[in-house]
Amino acid sequence: MPDRLTIILVEEDTARADAIRASLTDSGQHDVHVLTGESGLARSIAELNPDVVLVDLANPSRDVLEELTLASGPLDRPVAMFVDKSDDRLMRAAIEAGVSAYVVDGLRPDRVKPVLDAAIARFHVFQRMRSELETTRRALEERKIIDRAKGILMRARGIGEDEAYALLRKAAMDQGKKLADVAQALVTASELLS
Amino acid sequence: MTRPVISAGFIPLVDAAPLIVAHEMGFTEEEGIRLALEPSPSWSTLRDKLTLGQIEAAHMLSPVPVAMALGLGGIGDRIDALSVLSVNGNVFGVTEALADAMIATGFTPDFATPEAVGDALAASGLDLRIGVPFPFSMHTELLHRWLGTGPNAAQLTVHTVPPPLMAEAIKKGEINAFCVGEPWGSTIVDAGLGALLLPGRAIWAFAPEKVLAARHDWVEAQPDLTGRLMRAVWKAGRWLGDTDKLGPAADILARPEYLGLPSGLIERSLTGRMVIAPDGPARRVENMITFFDGAATFPWKSQAAWIGRQLAARYGLNPHEAASKAADVFRSDLYRLHLGPAGADMPGASEKLEGALSVETPVASESGTLILGPDQFFDGQIFDPSLGK
Repeated sequence: MPDRLTIILVEEDTARADAIRASLTDSGQHDVHVLTGESGLARSIAELNPDVVLVDLANPSRDVLEELTLASGPLDRPVAMFVDKSDDRLMRAAIEAGVSAYVVDGLRPDRVKPVLDAAIARFHVFQRMRSELETTRRALEERKIIDRAKGILMRARGIGEDEAYALLRKAAMDQGKKLADVAQALVTASELLS
Repeated sequence: MTRPVISAGFIPLVDAAPLIVAHEMGFTEEEGIRLALEPSPSWSTLRDKLTLGQIEAAHMLSPVPVAMALGLGGIGDRIDALSVLSVNGNVFGVTEALADAMIATGFTPDFATPEAVGDALAASGLDLRIGVPFPFSMHTELLHRWLGTGPNAAQLTVHTVPPPLMAEAIKKGEINAFCVGEPWGSTIVDAGLGALLLPGRAIWAFAPEKVLAARHDWVEAQPDLTGRLMRAVWKAGRWLGDTDKLGPAADILARPEYLGLPSGLIERSLTGRMVIAPDGPARRVENMITFFDGAATFPWKSQAAWIGRQLAARYGLNPHEAASKAADVFRSDLYRLHLGPAGADMPGASEKLEGALSVETPVASESGTLILGPDQFFDGQIFDPSLGK
C-alpha cells in the first residue's frame, strides 16, 4: 500500500508513546511501532526497516540513530535526517519542539510533512508540560529554601516569621537579587558557620 | 552594566571542565561576558542545537566539526573549532569475561601497551563488539587507527552506545568492550562490569579530544564576543593546568548541575590515578588528560588534517580534499588573533608532523619557551600533513 508509512517512535514513556501514536495515525494510515530507548535499538530498527524514525531530542539514544544516517550503518536504505535538508523551517520547528526525525532518503516531502507536523504538534504539548513541571518543582524548592532562611533569621534575631520574611525581602530588593537567591546565600553562609 | 550572555552546551564529562571553570571561577566575568551553560543529552542534539542557533558555543568532539565540513552526518553547516578544550582522556576497557579470556592467553594487564592488548584480543579468538559514544569521535578514530588494520581488523565491530547506557549494553551482552571518556570508564569499573586496559593516550599520545565549537557565521558576525569567549575558556584551561587546582575542579564538576557524580570518581582522571579493575590498585598515568601544557589548547591544522584523512579513508572520500577542508575548520588563525594578546605562547607554525615527538621538546615560538609534549602513535608512524598536497 503506497500511502502507508512505517514509522518507528523511540519513546520510553508508554503514556506519551500512546498519545503520539494516536496523533500520527490521525494524520494518515501508518504502521507505528514504539521502541523504548534502551540498548539494542539499532538492530531493532534495522529489522523493522522503517520509512521514518521519530525520537525525542532529550533521549540519549538519539546518538545511536546517528549510526543509521551513515552509509556504513545497519539499515539497508540510506537514512537522512529529514527529507530535504533545505527545508530549514520544518527542521527548526521540529528541533524547537524537541523532536528529531530520521527519514529514508527519497521519500517524497509531501508524504512526510503531515507526519512531522503531527509529531511536532504533539511534542510541543509535551514540552510545555515538561517546562510547567520544572517551574512547579523549582517553585517548591525555592519555598523550602526561603522557609529555612526565615527559620535561621528567627532563631538568630529572635523575631517572628513575618518580620523575618520582610527582612529577606528588603535585602533582596536592596541588592537587586531574587528572594530565593538571598535565602540560599543565607542558608549556605549559616551552614559554613555552624 | 549587564554582560552579554553566550549560551553554551556541554555533555556531562570531565573534559567539559574548561567551560564550567570559565563560568565558575570568574574568567567569563573578567572578559565581560556571561556563560549560560546547558547540559545536552546527546552529541547529535548538541550539534543540532549549535547548528540551528539555539546555542552559540559548545563542548564538542573534535571530529564532529571535521565530519560536518566533509558533509558526513547531520546538517551540513559549518562549525568552527576555535580552540582545543582537552587532549587525551579516554579509556579503553573490556568486560570481565573478555579480560579473563585475554589473561588466559598469558596477557598481563599493564594499562600501557596497545600492541600487547591487541595481541591478547586476537589470541582470545573472540569477536570484538566495542561501544563508543558517537560515530564521529576521537574514540572511534583511535580504535580504527589501533585495531582497524592488522590481526584485529577482522574481529572489530564498533557500535554507538551513549555512555549512560554503556553499562546496560554490557549487561545484555551487546558489547564486550568500550572506549569512553571519563568518568564513564571508572563508573563501569566501580559497577564491577569491566576492567580498563588502556588510556587513550597509549594509542596517540597527544590526541585533541574536545574542542570549543561555534557556528562559523556567528564567529564571523561576532568577532568581539568570539574573542572574549576564547580568552575566558583559555584562562580556565590555564587554571586547570595547575595541579593544585584539580581537587577544587573535581568538586565543581561533581555538582548536580554539571556531572552530579562523586568528586573522588572525577578526580581519578584529572589527577591520573586510575583504578583499572574492581577493587584493584590505582595506576599512575602521566598526562591522562591535559588542559593546558604543551600548547594543548592550540588547534593544530595538522590534527584536523589527520582526522580528515582518517574519515576520508573510511567513508571513501578524496583524502587530500578531506585533509584540506578539515584544516580549514580548526581556526588557528583566530587562536593567534585573540589569544596572542592575552599571553598565550604561539608556536611558530600552525601545523606540525603528528607523532614525531617521543619526549618533551622545545620548539620555535614567539616567546621562545614553548615545550611540546610527546605526541607519538603507538606504532611509531608519523603523519605528515604536507604529504600529497
